[in-house]
Amino acid sequence: MKPALKVINLRVNHTDHEIAVKPHHTLARVLREQLGLTGTKIGCEEGDCGACTVLLDGRPVSSCLVLAVQAQGHEITTIEGLAENGQLHPLQQAFVEHGAIQCGFCSPGMLLAAKALLDDNPHPDEGQIRHAISGNLCRCTGYQKIVEAIQDAAGKLSGDAGRGERS
Amino acid sequence: MSKPQVLGSRAPRLDAPAKATGQALYTDDIVKPGMLHAAILRSPLAHARILNIDTSRARALPGVKAVLTPEQTPDTWFGVSPARYDERVLCREKALYVGDEIAAVAAIDRDTAREALELIEVDYEPLEVVFDARQALAEGAPQIHPLYPGNLNAEVHQEFGDVAAARKLARVIKTGRLESEMQDAAFLEPQAAIASFDLHGRLELITSTQSVHYIQRAVAMVLGLTMDRVRVIKPYVGGGFGPKAGPASHELIACLLARQTGRPVKLVFDREEVFLHSRARHKFFHEMTLGADENGQLLFLEHEALLDGGAYSSFGIATVYYAGSLLGGPYRLPSMKYDGRRAVTNKPSCGAQRGHGGVIARALFERLMDELAQELGQDPIELRLKNVMHTGETTCNDLNMSSLGMRECLEAVYENSDWKLKRGRLPRGRGIGVACGFFVSGAGYPIYRSDTYHSTATVRLLEDGGGVLVETASAEIGQGSDTTMAMIAAETIGVPLEMVRVVSGDSDYGVDLGAYSSRQTLMTGHAVRQAAEQVRQVVVEVVAGLLDLSPDELVIRDGLVLAADGCELDITDLRVRYTREHRGWSDNPQQGPLTFREASRLAYLERGSIVATGRYKPPPLGGKYKGAAVGTSPAYGCSAQVAEVNVDLETGQVTVEAVTGAHDCGRAINLTSVEGQMQGSVSMGLGEALFERVQFDPRGRVSNANLADYKIPTALDMPPVKALVVETNEPNGPFGAKEVGEGAIMPTIPAILNALYDATGVRFEKLPVSAERVLAALKGEKLPDEANLGPGFCRLPPERKD
Repeated sequence: MKPALKVINLRVNHTDHEIAVKPHHTLARVLREQLGLTGTKIGCEEGDCGACTVLLDGRPVSSCLVLAVQAQGHEITTIEGLAENGQLHPLQQAFVEHGAIQCGFCSPGMLLAAKALLDDNPHPDEGQIRHAISGNLCRCTGYQKIVEAIQDAAGKLSGDAGRGERS
Repeated sequence: MSKPQVLGSRAPRLDAPAKATGQALYTDDIVKPGMLHAAILRSPLAHARILNIDTSRARALPGVKAVLTPEQTPDTWFGVSPARYDERVLCREKALYVGDEIAAVAAIDRDTAREALELIEVDYEPLEVVFDARQALAEGAPQIHPLYPGNLNAEVHQEFGDVAAARKLARVIKTGRLESEMQDAAFLEPQAAIASFDLHGRLELITSTQSVHYIQRAVAMVLGLTMDRVRVIKPYVGGGFGPKAGPASHELIACLLARQTGRPVKLVFDREEVFLHSRARHKFFHEMTLGADENGQLLFLEHEALLDGGAYSSFGIATVYYAGSLLGGPYRLPSMKYDGRRAVTNKPSCGAQRGHGGVIARALFERLMDELAQELGQDPIELRLKNVMHTGETTCNDLNMSSLGMRECLEAVYENSDWKLKRGRLPRGRGIGVACGFFVSGAGYPIYRSDTYHSTATVRLLEDGGGVLVETASAEIGQGSDTTMAMIAAETIGVPLEMVRVVSGDSDYGVDLGAYSSRQTLMTGHAVRQAAEQVRQVVVEVVAGLLDLSPDELVIRDGLVLAADGCELDITDLRVRYTREHRGWSDNPQQGPLTFREASRLAYLERGSIVATGRYKPPPLGGKYKGAAVGTSPAYGCSAQVAEVNVDLETGQVTVEAVTGAHDCGRAINLTSVEGQMQGSVSMGLGEALFERVQFDPRGRVSNANLADYKIPTALDMPPVKALVVETNEPNGPFGAKEVGEGAIMPTIPAILNALYDATGVRFEKLPVSAERVLAALKGEKLPDEANLGPGFCRLPPERKD
């Protein structure tokens, strides 16, 4: 009855993990329960809320809709991989400073959706920002301070050439 | 008082870095050794007698460690308020709604627990159901809950002033109706709990809650434990908005399964369970008549309300009182009559949600204000300004506005929105509307009758000097209360915010009633301030003693101990003493004034650990009439909003294009957080006005129990919200502060409804105002759910369709 475990290699935040997973387990569950990366939040497990957003080869995906076995061979970025060398990413810094975080449950997914946007489009206008995070629900902030934080971070990232090259 | 150093700033929240990096732990992020996973079997029927539960196949499933059935649970009623303890951990005789808890399983993992649920066989005898509150109260309706004959859960009949006499004087009288739908709080973090017992039989419950204190009491009562053997811990919480304020079956189930198995047990809701458990916004029916004299001065309000409560009471008794009492202000209203009833139905239970009880009533009242203005030929803002209460006035139902910046809020939105440019000048399809509201700054009384303090706090100076630790059982649920308490402590003592650490949300830290009724800033803030002031005094006394000064000759400012008169102090001996204790430290203060770090170390050396406690309880409040407690508060926040809408006349699609809001929060502790509460309130109100509704199929099952079909606003639905912080000095608040978290939602729905009228000429009587509803209205038609919207609709049962 029980499906056999499958050994896969997951590359998360530049680190390879060889783990045995249940084939029906989602990436979200494996990240949280097997790799201890609990920054990825589960709000609905149906792909509706965006709290579990991670980057798969730089593109935002709902990790509750991706099976862990499907994520093999892809570069996965979780919220734990956003800060580097103990320094908050400019997006994280902007979220902190602008009050874009209240309960914080949407924040990891929101930040990664914003990162994907800025990597793709360093100078988004407000409409493009709102569109990019429209799959990430937030019940606390009314989104305004999130939008302001992303605008601010975009300015700072593009004003700093070195940072602008970040992947 | 000298100028605040910390308060009124835009200090970043203390918890933001942890939340931005994924390090902040929420309940489901916590793992305990040997932990089991639990799942709940829920009734598939809306009303059914439980004849038999066969768990043998479930127990036989490998990995299953325990199956909890009703007879294994204490036969103890619990709930929110003792007069309406009407729930038990698992259903005994009957299930009362689809989702009611029947049994539970603990297993080695979640998959196994869920698989086991499917192996539990329950024989049900289906009973007659009733889903409509009016039908539930009609003669011959099936009896739902044994405690509520005729399905009447609560009724309120109040009259203040002489409404009949006032009616005779009125020159303009407006009557209206508004019916809403049950709504969901849609917080992002589903409920979760982890229970474990230690070898001494002490229970630790980690849970996503708004009130560790209320949960601790319920758990102790139901499990038959003394309070000292129950510790409730609230980690970070992913939003609450009301439904997480009361004790819930799943918390008790986790505790009972932990007791049965001797292992930690985790129980996490899926999103559907969030909808089924609900305890969120009621479905309201309101009918009101509002009268004014020829100048537009309000004279009376007659108000009838019916609340569809679902199966159990939850906070619903408070809700039905709030639905009446929260109309007493913010206008001078000399007389008011209120008849409210709450019915039980075979649906999920409703309870408290942001703006508890007052939101839909406020929406209708503010619409009638607009109708009065229209008939009198007055600008809606002008009519409101004519009627607003001022600081120091008391409502006809005995609520004292110890500070009230209502006029200032209205003036602020008038000046800062496009009102002057656009009101009365917009083409069809575009509209602008205004509304006001007010809300308690913490409930005046606990939810159980008690002389308890509402908040206690402990402030401790770390013995090695330099750190301030604030301990409180208050609940940081995302609103920012930890940062608020840190700022209050820092301001009181005179140290930078970075020196303060807050630990909270743990019943071991004292009593705090938690995060509901918009109460943390005022009530916990008082307790923290009081404790912090005492530790400040000790430090000052010790330093003064060592310097041969009197304590009032010293001040602490920005982490430095200074002479009050600005002279330089000779602190050489004190610094030598501190430095001698810290040989090898590289960062000992070398020059300049005495630091707080040095001073607090010296205070410890003289006095031992410097610890102080603070406490707060509101003074006796309110009138003597039945229900007078609900609506009382030491202070009231108030707000005004202007909303602009665009209606697509072809499709009925409504877009809210701008909202300008002003809120009087007393003295703002943290401006960024105040704005955040205002903007978040607008988003919840906008969703409730335009698209949020829990839908049911004919068998009483929630048919949109997910966040795709239950629509909450996305970033694309939200307009820019201009948040104007209006500051008054609240005499009953710590540093003049009062609430913002709930009050700011009050004007949103009516401002949008009034703007919709401006755009379309339609007074919508049913929420949410979906595109379909707008389109039907534009064609002069009604949707099927508007068929019963006639006079007396709160009382008359609609035609049954079965």
